[in-house]
Parts: sequence; structure tokens; C-alpha cells
Amino acid sequence: MSDKIATRVAYGEALTAMGEDERIIVLDSDLSKSTMTDMFRKKYPERHFNMGIAEGNMMSVAAGLATCGKVVFASSFAIFAAGRAFEQVRNSIGYPNLNVKIGATHAGISVGEDGASHQAIEDIALMRSIPGMTVISPSDAYCTAFAVKAAIEHFGPVYLRLGRLAVPLVHDENTRFEFGKGTLIKDGSDVTIIANGLMVQYALEAAKLLEEDGVNVRVIDMHTIKPIDREIIIKAAKETGCIVTAEEHTIIGGLGSAVAEVVCSEYPVPVKMVGIEDKFGKSGKPNELLELYGLTAENIVKKAYEAMQML
Amino acid sequence: MEQKEILALKKTAANIRKGVIIATGAAGSGHPGGSLSITDIMAYLYFKEMRINKEDPRHPDRDRFVMSKGHCAPVLYATLAEKGFFPKEDLATLRKTESYLEGHPNMNSVPGVDMSTGSLAQGMSAAVGMALAGKVDKKDYYVFVGMGDGELEEGQVWEASMAAAHYKLDNLICFVDYNGLQIDGKITEVMNPEPIAEKFEAFGWYVQSIDAHDFEQIEKAVKNAKKQKGKPNMIVAHSTKGKGVSFMENQAGWHGKAPKQEERDRALAELDEYIASLEV
Ligand SMILES: Cc1ncc(C[n+]2csc(CCOP(=O)(O)OP(=O)(O)O)c2C)c(N)n1
Ligand SMILES: [Mg+2]
Repeated sequence: MSDKIATRVAYGEALTAMGEDERIIVLDSDLSKSTMTDMFRKKYPERHFNMGIAEGNMMSVAAGLATCGKVVFASSFAIFAAGRAFEQVRNSIGYPNLNVKIGATHAGISVGEDGASHQAIEDIALMRSIPGMTVISPSDAYCTAFAVKAAIEHFGPVYLRLGRLAVPLVHDENTRFEFGKGTLIKDGSDVTIIANGLMVQYALEAAKLLEEDGVNVRVIDMHTIKPIDREIIIKAAKETGCIVTAEEHTIIGGLGSAVAEVVCSEYPVPVKMVGIEDKFGKSGKPNELLELYGLTAENIVKKAYEAMQML
Repeated sequence: MEQKEILALKKTAANIRKGVIIATGAAGSGHPGGSLSITDIMAYLYFKEMRINKEDPRHPDRDRFVMSKGHCAPVLYATLAEKGFFPKEDLATLRKTESYLEGHPNMNSVPGVDMSTGSLAQGMSAAVGMALAGKVDKKDYYVFVGMGDGELEEGQVWEASMAAAHYKLDNLICFVDYNGLQIDGKITEVMNPEPIAEKFEAFGWYVQSIDAHDFEQIEKAVKNAKKQKGKPNMIVAHSTKGKGVSFMENQAGWHGKAPKQEERDRALAELDEYIASLEV
């Protein structure tokens, strides 16, 4: 694999690679060249259906297909999949617990130039509030391949959060992912950084900076936000005493909240959150925006010190 | 259709109507008006038309029915109970905490329900998905849908209509229960969806207009629909909201209000009287 690959590209590749499974039907809403389901269409045109610019309908159609034994992937940009079609996802897919996988690409501010209208920063909060919904936000191409496979193997609704921007590989072919389990990338004892999506790379950078300062850092890729791996969080709280979360999402209701929910009720320790602080995104180059919104290794380092100082 | 058969369907429909009254009466809430206007279509579909088996309600080759206007759960449940999918006594548990008969259809708790509905228009889209699956799998089942005329105001109906025509889903047969009423009053006054037949024609559907309370017309329209190829089917069924219970007929107020004890008794007596008249 090349150094940098967008998770949406990895999604298109994984879906196509697993396309032999005849139960798989792919729906798109006039974005197949961006969501990358076009790759699947090229290989399996008879099982790819463009539903046009009608995301709400697409979600309910996906539900109907699923009642007939299909494993349905429905794709659009995250803002339309989770936002515009929220109620269809909730009532047509979530409530009847149907086997639909929502491949939501262009999540977060790393969408870049298209600006706030296209940058979903609240999709995880929305999706994880639906009973029975699995939510996965993979960090790189390896993690995405795992997520697509896990989504197919798991019966029930799954929300896959994917990015537009090419991101570096933070795992390798030996990484063992497990459904519903966080992946420990680096062990440590002073502070734990729990990240997902493109923030995992910055978590690792932050860990490096902290290590140079003599701080021993644990890094967890919490690709699966729901069901959340309570065990790994409690263990981190007990063994490292404080936690920093890092996500490309509003800090209201996302990964940070999910981690805090476990920590508060099971083993209270300081939790500091790196994420978007109750603001809309804006247009700009992805990397400049990440900087502007504080989604950086430096900010994670800062929050790590703040967390450790609370002890 | 033979006279004998028509009589039998009329009787079945009246029994289903009794089920609607018993269920909503016991619940103290629910939607009798739109349930009663689509009852004859339900009786025809479940007792004459659909390939279904109450012993195997999830058979992959069965015909499907989606109650897109999910608030008419009482008539769906009463029909399924009449058909033997579950005991008729259970109808009186509608909407109760300990019951499996949810206020709106739940496919995972009620045997014979093919799709969970309640949020208007989503059922129609789901039916499009089922019909599409039928095409992908080259199966010969049909997907029937019950919709409201007020429901047509929902934009998703037209998204689904475009998709159904685009993918030439001629295995999809929808009924619009054209009773002219929705919650706040006449559909033409709340937000006029008319002309209905012309709209669906423009969207590429094969459209027929019938009297929703005439079994011969219902049958003829379904047979016609099954003959034509390449287009989804819309049957615009002119109906009377509250049909079969004199004091409920054409009253917007009976959309979502349950009969009180005395009203329930009066409605059941009327329906019993009607059934007796069929037997003479
Ligand atoms: C999306 C959505 N919006 C609003 C409602 C509330 N609601 C339930 S029934 C109804 C009126 C439906 O009228 P119509 O489709 O004509 O049904 P019918 O007359 O056959 O009962 C409304 C607005 C709903 N269930 N779903
Ligand atoms: Mg109506």
C-alpha cells in the first residue's frame, strides 16, 4: 500500500474485494465517484444502484432490500447520510434492526474547501444515539478493510465513518483488529491517548513528543465507538490515571463523550478532549483547518499535560 | 367475481372492521378512520390475492404488504388476526405496555408484518427496496403497499416514485387510500396533493382509479396491474374515511380518536347487523 490513502478509497477497494458475496447490494446517491462505490459498480454493475439525489429514500430502500436478505451498503456524504436522512436511518433501519451498512464518506472538517455545509462534525453523536447501531470510524486503510469486513459479518445496522483526505497508515498488515474492541497501538503508563479516524496519526505524533519529554504514553485506536470497549478504557483509567481523547468531531457526543461516559461511571479519572469545540467548520485546505481547529499533535500534548496536572 | 365470493369478502371485511373497533376501543387511542377506509382492500389482498402462509410468515418467496400509512396498524393487525397469524383476542391488547401489538406496525414483534412503519412515506421506499430485491433475485413475488392521500404530501413519496419508475418495478402495486381527509381536515385545504392520478402518471407509473369499496373493481385493477410490464402500479382508490361505521364516515375527527365504550358498542352492533344482512 502507498503511504497515504483516504479511508473512502480503502472503503471502495474493500467493498469491491468482498463483492463476491452475492448478498451485497450497494446503493449510492449521485456521489459514487466520491464515495468510491463506483469501484464496486465497475465490477458488479448488476448489484449497484444509483438512487439519485434522494438520501432519505435511499435509506428506506436499503431497509426494504435488507428485509429480503440483502447486505446493503448505502453511501453518501456523512452530512447527508447521518444528517438529512437521520430519521430514515432511525426508523427504517435502526428500529427494525435491519442489515444495512451506511458508508458515510467526507466526514469531518478534513473535507476542506467545500466548507461547513459539507463537513459533518456531529454524525457520530447522531448515529450512536440510535439503539443497536454500530459506529466505526477507521483510522487508515488497514482499519477500513477490517471495518468493511466486520460490517458484513455483523448482522445489524452499521455506520462507517470515512474521510475524504488521504491519511498515512498507522497500522500494518499484522495489526489484529477485533469488532467492538479498541486496538492498543502503543503501551504506556503515564497517560492514555484514545483517538480514532485521522486523529490516530496525531495521537502517535503526540506520544512521540511526550516520550521525548520522558512521559510514558499509551495509545489506543478506538475505531469502534459503539459498542465501545469498556474494558480497555477502564484498564487505561486504572493503569495510567488520566486520558486524552482525540477526534475529528464535535466534542459534544462523540468519542470523548463515549469514553467519559464509561470513565465517569466506572473509574473516575481526568479526561481531556481534543475535538471541535462547538463550532461549524469552514472552507480551507484540510491541513490548515485541522491546525485552526486544534486537531493537532501539539494540542494533544497540551491536553495530556493538563490531564496529568489534575492528578 | 362470483356473488358468493363477494359476499364472503364483505363479511370478512366487516369482521376486520369489528377488529379495528375492538382494538382501538380497548386501547383508548389509535386510528380508526383510515383503518376503516382501507379495510376492503386489505380483505381482498389477504383473503383473495396474496401468496402468503401464516405458518411461515417470513417465507422468502411470499408476497409482501407494507402499510406505509403505519398509523393504520389497527386494520393491518385485525386483518392478520382474521387470517390466523395470531389470536383475535390479542387485538384488545393493542398499544398496551405488555402487548406485542405496538401502536405502529413492528415487523419484529408481530407475525405477518413485513415492514415496521409509522413515519409516513418510509414504507413506500422500503417497498421499493423489496421490489428491487425481487428483480435482483429474479423472484416472482409482488409487493403491495397501502398509502394515505395526505401521505402524498411527504417529499419522500416522490423520491420513491422516481426510483420505482426508474428501475421499472412492475412487481410493485401501491394503493392510495383516497379518502380526502388527513388530521387537520380536507387534503385539498391542508396541502393539496391533487391531481393524484396525473402526478403518478407523470412520474412514470401505470395508474388506475377505482372505488375502494368495490371488490370487483379492486380485483380487476390488481389483475390489470399484474398484466402490464415495465412500470410500477398505482391504484388510486376513492374511499370513505370511517367506512362501515355510520357516525365515523367522512369525519376528520375520527382520524386518530378511539371510540368510547358506548360508541364502540354502537359500531359493533351496526357491523353485526350488516353481517346478518349479508347472511339472509
Ligand atoms: C413523517 C410523518 N409526519 C407526520 C406524521 C403524523 N401523522 C400521522 S397520520 C397523519 C395524517 C395522514 O393522513 P392520510 O395519509 O390521508 O391518512 P388516512 O387518511 O388514510 O388515515 C399524520 C400527519 C407521521 N406519522 N409521519
Ligand atoms: Mg387521508
